[in-house]
Formats: sequence, C-alpha cells, structure tokens
Amino acid sequence: MVAQNVAFGILAAAMVIAALRVVTTQNVVHAALYLVVVLAGAAGLFVLLAAEFMAVVQVIVYIGAIVVLFLFGIMLTRARMGKEAGLDNEQRGLSLAVALLLLGVLAFVLVDAFSDTRVEPTTIVRTGDVGIRIFETYMLQFQAVGFLLLATLVGAIVLARRD
Amino acid sequence: MTAAALPLVHAAPTFALELAYWQETLIKVGVLLAVIPFGALVLGYVYLLKMMSHMQSRLGPMEAGPHGVLQLVADGVKFLQKEDIFPERADRFVFAAAPMIVLLGTFLVYVVVPAGPNLVIADLDVGIFFALGVASISVIGVLMAGWASASKYSLLGGLRSAGQLVAYELPLIFAVVGVAMQAGTLSLQGIVAYQAEGAIFGFDAIGLPLIIPQFVGFALFMISAQAELTQTPFDMPVAESELVGGYHVEYTGFRFLLFFMGEFGTAFALSAIAATLFLGGWYVPGIDPGTTLANVVGPIALFLKTMIVAFFIFWARISFPRFREDQLQGFAWKWLVQIALANVLLTGLFMELF
Repeated sequence: MVAQNVAFGILAAAMVIAALRVVTTQNVVHAALYLVVVLAGAAGLFVLLAAEFMAVVQVIVYIGAIVVLFLFGIMLTRARMGKEAGLDNEQRGLSLAVALLLLGVLAFVLVDAFSDTRVEPTTIVRTGDVGIRIFETYMLQFQAVGFLLLATLVGAIVLARRD
Repeated sequence: MTAAALPLVHAAPTFALELAYWQETLIKVGVLLAVIPFGALVLGYVYLLKMMSHMQSRLGPMEAGPHGVLQLVADGVKFLQKEDIFPERADRFVFAAAPMIVLLGTFLVYVVVPAGPNLVIADLDVGIFFALGVASISVIGVLMAGWASASKYSLLGGLRSAGQLVAYELPLIFAVVGVAMQAGTLSLQGIVAYQAEGAIFGFDAIGLPLIIPQFVGFALFMISAQAELTQTPFDMPVAESELVGGYHVEYTGFRFLLFFMGEFGTAFALSAIAATLFLGGWYVPGIDPGTTLANVVGPIALFLKTMIVAFFIFWARISFPRFREDQLQGFAWKWLVQIALANVLLTGLFMELF
C-alpha cells in the first residue's frame, strides 16, 4: 500500500499546484494546458483506484475532447502570446465562497456515506461489469442522459444556423 | 496481470527464466523506446522512399548503404547536427514540450499491442479503448505546437489538424466497436484469442480473422486511420501550397525529427492495431498459441501483418489528390459516422440471429 500512497501524494500535489496555476496564470492557453495536468492527474487517481475504464474515459473525454475544444475556441478567437491583462474580475469573494461550499458538501457526503469503512481497492473493476451495470441496472438513467445530450446537440445546431 | 481473469486466452507457456519486477519493467521500457524509431525507419525506408520511387519508375536514394538502406539514418544524423532554433516570439516552454506530447501519445499506444502470447507490456482489460484514448493525447501536442510557434501558418495548420483528428476519432472508435462486440472483449489478447479459436462456417484451419465478418469496420478503420495520420488524401493540415508546412513549419533540427518519428511511429502503431484487430495479430495458423514457438514466431507474424496494412496506407498516400477542407469534414460527419453506426447495429443484429 506504501507505493499507492506515495503515488497518490505526488499526483495530488501536482494536481493542486496545476489547479492553482489554472486560475492564477496570465495566459488563457497556459490555463487550458494546466487544466490538462489536473485532468491527467484525475485519470491517474482512477488508475490508483483500479478503475481502468474510468481512467481511459477521463483521458478520452476530458483531455481528448473537452480541453481540445477549449483550446480550439481560444485559438480561433484570441490566443495571444505572453501575458495578458484583464483576465481577472471582481468575483473573487463569491467564487471562494462557492468553492468552499462545494468542498464542504463533497466532504460531508463522503464522510456520511463511508465514515470508517475501509474500501479495499484490490480488485480491478472489469469493463464488462461496467457495461452490464449501465445497460441493465441503470438503463433508464443512461437513456435519459443520452436524450438530454441529443437535445443539447439539436439546440446547438439551431443556435448556430444562420438561415 | 489480468490473464488469469480472461477465460478466452490460452494457457500461456511459462519460462524457466524468472525476472524480478524491476528487471522486467526495464526490458519493457527499453523495447517500447526502441519500437517507435524502428517502425518509423522501416516505414520511411521501405514505403516512403523505395516503394514510392519504384511505383514512379525511379530508383530513390541509392548511395547511403546497399540500395540506400542507411539514407534515413544519415538524415537523422543530419537533423541532430542542425541548429536548435526557437522563433523570436515563441512560447519557449510550450514550443519545446509539444513534440514530446505528440510522441507520448504514440509511445503509450504500444503498451497494449501484443506480439505473442507472453509478449505484451500490459494486457489491460480496457485494451483497445486504452490505445484509442491515449492516441487522442497527440491532438493536444499538435495544438500546442501550432500556437506556440507564434506564426499564422502554424496556428492555421494546428487548428486544421485538431479539427480533423477530432472528427475522424469518432468513426475510428465506432469501427472498433463491431470487433469488440463480436470478440466479446476489449482486451487485445482476448481479441487475438477469439480470432485464433474461431472458425469460418466450420472451416477452422486459419481461425476467423475478423476482417471477414467486419470488412465494413476494417474499411472504416483504415479510412479514419489515414485521416488520423494526416496522410494524403487527408493532408489538408500540412498543405504545403497554402500553409508552407502546417503546425510544425517553425520546427528545425531534432525537434522536427521528433515530429517525423511521431508521424511514422503512429502510422506503425495504428497498422499494428489494425493487424491485431482484423488480421489475427501474432497468431499464425498451425502454431498452437500455448507453445513457446508462438512467442518466437509471433513478433515476426505481427510485423509482416503490420507491413501489409501499412502498405495500403502508403499506397493511398501516393495515389490520391488532396481533399478540400469542407469535403474532408463532410465526409467524416455525414458519411463515416453514419456507416459506422449502421455497422454496429448490423453486428448486433447478426449476433442475435446467428
């Protein structure tokens, strides 16, 4: 277990530093690239929890698609080189409150659900089992999410169309 | 690591030689580091230099080594000697990191490609999904290179590349879904085992290469792979008549060499994946996968099958003219994705019926 703990420490430290740089850096593209580090760290945490499928989904969806979309949007509009002023606004207090509130809720839920239970991360979650869960136990939820995404797609096309 | 949990995989032979974990890891990393330059050199020499020349009735490089075999090595040495130039307004750190990120994506793909019943870096349960996932990391490197060069040609090339890579990733993944459904596993060893144990209507001498039932998937995979590699006819991102050289136009010396290795190393990796998914991978008909012989013949068989697949990639590259940007995007979104979805549906239907 020592190796896992050391790996977790390194990943967590890298993620915290990168996350702070996301909001403090003076360059939009740099912020997006630091976000890649944070998301890759999250994928690493999933590997430590023996959730291979989740780790790959994290990489393919967040790094391979969402951040690429961010970078794409930034570079098509105003990707300046070097430092850029005016990236900050006056909402610091509010965002700090929201961040603390989110941390509190998540911490409470975790402690409330597991408290002293030891979770043994020894078994690798098989991809087939994940699929069976999605398509049998959570079929309705899965379809609902799919329908929602389809509606969003159609909405985006309607907004983007000129004629 | 998951071999015991996979009922499909044959009992792999055991060796008298037992290595410690760190020794094994060292050998694996060494092999991985050697595979990318090896694949890039072989593909570059055999197909790009020689086959293309002979198809066009010329000889190609003949001076460096017998029949010019050392030409690319000489080119590599030349690249290493060149000055390492950063454009004046470039973002130095991002500029330097970009080729590494591109190579990282290629490097990680090889982790799951099996070359024999025992010869695999890690037989992950998510196998092919992992390979396609890490391959998408390269897009970030391409965008970084395009932006950090501080040049409009690079930026346009980077944007075109990223748009193309994202568009063709979808049919690439959907093309593999049919294979995974039929084999019943995502693990590449499992898919090879399925093909080795299968039979074509009772005729089991050559197993069941999945190219036969999944020929639509194979065609989709090859077209999307061609686009993922930005090979002609999908080379809009590096269109030299409009963009000089695309996202790597500002790169010189060994950094350019890294991009070159990334391009051909990825071509080799995707060919190896296609050979594993559709042509049976390391399996050779007549050789029992449970014997040590399969470990010896496996890498050779995989290499030959990879070369067969790569031949088609380069044949298309030197035969077709370039797509226009709107044709290129329309082809992916309006045709390939729909055909891939129909293929998944039909595969499911046939699996229910037969």
